[in-house]
Amino acid sequence: MTQMIDIAALADIPRQGARVVKTRHGCIALFRTADDQVFALEDRCPHKGGPLSDGIVHGTSVTCPLHAWVFDLATGLTQGADEGAIRTYAVRLEAGRVLLDANFLTRAQAA
Amino acid sequence: MKHKLVVIGAGMASGRMLEHLFEARESSEAGDGFHVTLFNAEPRGNYNRLMLSPVLSGEKIYDQIVTHDADWYAAQCVDCRFGEPVVRIDRAARTVHSNAGAVPYDALVIATGSAPFIVPVPGKALQGVCTYRDLEDTNAMIAASKPGTRAVVIGGGLLGLEAAAGMAARGAEVTVIHLMGHLMERQLDPAAGYLLQKDLERRGIRIHCKGATKAILGVEKVEAVLLEDGTVYPADLVCMAVGIRPEVRLANDAHLDVGRGITVDAQLRTSDPAIFALGECVEHDKQLFGLVAPLYDQARVLAATLLGKDATFKPVQTATKLKVTGVDLFSVGDFADAPGREDIVFRDPGRGVYKRLILEGDRLLGAVLYGEITDGAWFFDKIKSAEDISALRDTLIFGPAFAAGGSTANPLAAVAALPPEAEICGCNGVCKGKIITAIQAGAATLDAVRSQTKASASCGICTGLVEQLMALTLGDAFAANTNPPMCKCTDHSHEDVRRLIKSIGLKSIPAVMQDLGWKTVGGCASCRPALNYYLIADWPLEYVDDRQSRFVNERNHANIQKDGTYSVVPRMWGGVTTPAELRAIADAAEKYAVPMLKVTGGQRIDLLGVKKEHLPAIWADFNAAGMVSGHAYAKGLRTVKTCVGTEFCRFGTQDSTGLGIKLEKLLWGSWTPAKVKLGVSGCPRNCAEATCKDIGVVCVDSGYQISVAGAAGMDVRETVALITVTTEAEVMEVIAAFTQAYRENARYLHRIYKWVAKVGLEWCKTQIEDPVVRGALYDRFMLSQSIYQTDPWAEHAAHPAEWAPIADLTLRAAE
Repeated sequence: MTQMIDIAALADIPRQGARVVKTRHGCIALFRTADDQVFALEDRCPHKGGPLSDGIVHGTSVTCPLHAWVFDLATGLTQGADEGAIRTYAVRLEAGRVLLDANFLTRAQAA
Repeated sequence: MKHKLVVIGAGMASGRMLEHLFEARESSEAGDGFHVTLFNAEPRGNYNRLMLSPVLSGEKIYDQIVTHDADWYAAQCVDCRFGEPVVRIDRAARTVHSNAGAVPYDALVIATGSAPFIVPVPGKALQGVCTYRDLEDTNAMIAASKPGTRAVVIGGGLLGLEAAAGMAARGAEVTVIHLMGHLMERQLDPAAGYLLQKDLERRGIRIHCKGATKAILGVEKVEAVLLEDGTVYPADLVCMAVGIRPEVRLANDAHLDVGRGITVDAQLRTSDPAIFALGECVEHDKQLFGLVAPLYDQARVLAATLLGKDATFKPVQTATKLKVTGVDLFSVGDFADAPGREDIVFRDPGRGVYKRLILEGDRLLGAVLYGEITDGAWFFDKIKSAEDISALRDTLIFGPAFAAGGSTANPLAAVAALPPEAEICGCNGVCKGKIITAIQAGAATLDAVRSQTKASASCGICTGLVEQLMALTLGDAFAANTNPPMCKCTDHSHEDVRRLIKSIGLKSIPAVMQDLGWKTVGGCASCRPALNYYLIADWPLEYVDDRQSRFVNERNHANIQKDGTYSVVPRMWGGVTTPAELRAIADAAEKYAVPMLKVTGGQRIDLLGVKKEHLPAIWADFNAAGMVSGHAYAKGLRTVKTCVGTEFCRFGTQDSTGLGIKLEKLLWGSWTPAKVKLGVSGCPRNCAEATCKDIGVVCVDSGYQISVAGAAGMDVRETVALITVTTEAEVMEVIAAFTQAYRENARYLHRIYKWVAKVGLEWCKTQIEDPVVRGALYDRFMLSQSIYQTDPWAEHAAHPAEWAPIADLTLRAAE
């Protein structure tokens, strides 16, 4: 069962930017694209642990600020020559509010 | 048996005719050919008279503009009679007489050119009055144009303005007096004339339109010029450039038919079948000729006529360009107002761009371009071909790049869109097809193309077009010398993008991506910061910095570290600090549990390992102690490193610490293509290591040696001398102006040493040595600083919430 938690207003995330949600299992980056799509991904590059939330958002991709790995925001997969993937989370926009699927909080515990 | 050909006048037209004749001889079309005797009143042979303006302004020297040197004449067996004026032509005896004797001819060519028109006012013969016609005039103006000299140019046409700009470039105080309501009224409409006037005034040239000269005042030497309206301009030199008249005295004396010029038919034959004439001295079909293109055409026709071949001279329209460095104007065709004519006008006052197309029905009739003239050849072609432009009309003014479609818009598209018969070089009448043929036949360098086609070999304004044709024709072979694209999002190089941002007037990142055909949505992490920088640098007033297009360090105003924490460096002006500042740093380090404090190479203190959410608070604390951001993270002014100079050092020659602080206060906050570090040393012992900085100042007893383009990173370079000045104020102006030149021209991420290697130190020097150019650069730098010299820490410290997590779910219980 999906449990959506109201996190913030869409307006609180800058366009082509990101904000961070702190959890017990590490930080989640909430990205907002130029055309107001919202994505939630693990805020940690698999390469050297860079905070993706501080990367440059272009189209539906983000470039890691440490060593310029590029990730697809929708799939969490790397683009180009680098190999890796990051975890994505379900996120929804409702009446200008950003809702995040909080199931991972329990699932991660079970896993 | 050789024909005896006598030529009177060794100017550009007769020189070109001789070239054609000798070319024919080499290809043995002409049997025995001619024995040529060449008279010239000037004591020299043929040089490129169009290039006298660059000689006057100091951009070229005489040796560079010689077309035919002594070796050339010797190789062609020309009997040169230079400095030997012809006094008489004896048509009955077919001889030409100089004071040295008579020379017989089978055919005679009169190419006496023109004489400057002297305004018939009192004082016209005073010492210090000159015209602008030959090397003697040019040298006279050069000799007189010392800084502080007051020069008055009578005549605001092509020649007068080139004379004025040339003398101004040498430091003279120049006033131009023009009879008509606006400058260059024969080539420009009032709007473009106004822009030109503004541009020249910005260079310190005073313009007086609607001014009629009443008298030139002085006893023996010129002292002033008096106008009809009573205005008096003091003058040490007066240059008359109000026009020319054909030099016809010899022809008149020989009783040839003479109208305003020597009358010739379409084969350039005068009323005497053995005598021909060409150049500015002739009148054909009631027309006189002053521009070089029709004269070269006459040369071709006359050479053919002399060789017994059929050729006919038919005057064609010519375009006009002004040879004043930094002023771009182009005009062609008919642009007078008349019933049935319509205008398409494009204005961008901010950039000083004005374009006007004159249409009649579906035909383009004329074009006046100011400030942005790259499309001139394309418009000229549309005028000459008289093609129906109704389908293009909506976007015609945007030129060929637009006509070819936005997605293919690139700098080569404009040239690619030209038909083979389009004229590229107006001076020499060289069309695109001829240039491409030469390139395909093996002309792989600009010099080779020039020598084989003459394209861009006269005034040189079309050099860029010729290079683009080479790029088009040679493809990858030429591209090997050019730049790779900026990134995978575009085919444009950094340089092209910078140029197009300015020339098209693109003022936002989406506009750049749209108009230049970006292949990705939203660009990438490589092009976005570059575009953001270019737009900041080019449109300081209009563009708003896009924080999301900044690399993390500039977005967060701190340097990100390997663990995602940041380093914080407060500014210490010139590396000088106080106990209070040190106390504030110590307090902050303890309060935020900063893991490491370190002294940097640029004489600052670095607090390493600060958590992102603590940044606004630590900045607020530093602000409270009077400190601002040290920009240790910026592609911008980083640090000015100083030694203690005269303040304490027994060797110091100047106050290097004080100067370093002043420089840092002048430059801080400015964004640049890459980081900029300065050093100011108080004596040549150079303790501030100024000679491996981007910009270094070494103080000496007599002043300040400013050098640039050092490096002490991946590459290690010693700086090279830019200029030596005597006052601190000059140091400040020079360094701000140089920084602005770098800001306006370099590609993103190129440090100063890389940029200087590309543009050349000489070019940098010209920017700095010319007081007008330097002043304008300084003004533009200060304009940008009026917007961007603010402390980003203060701005962001006011919104600490934006730096913290948006939500904290750590305490939220799992179900």
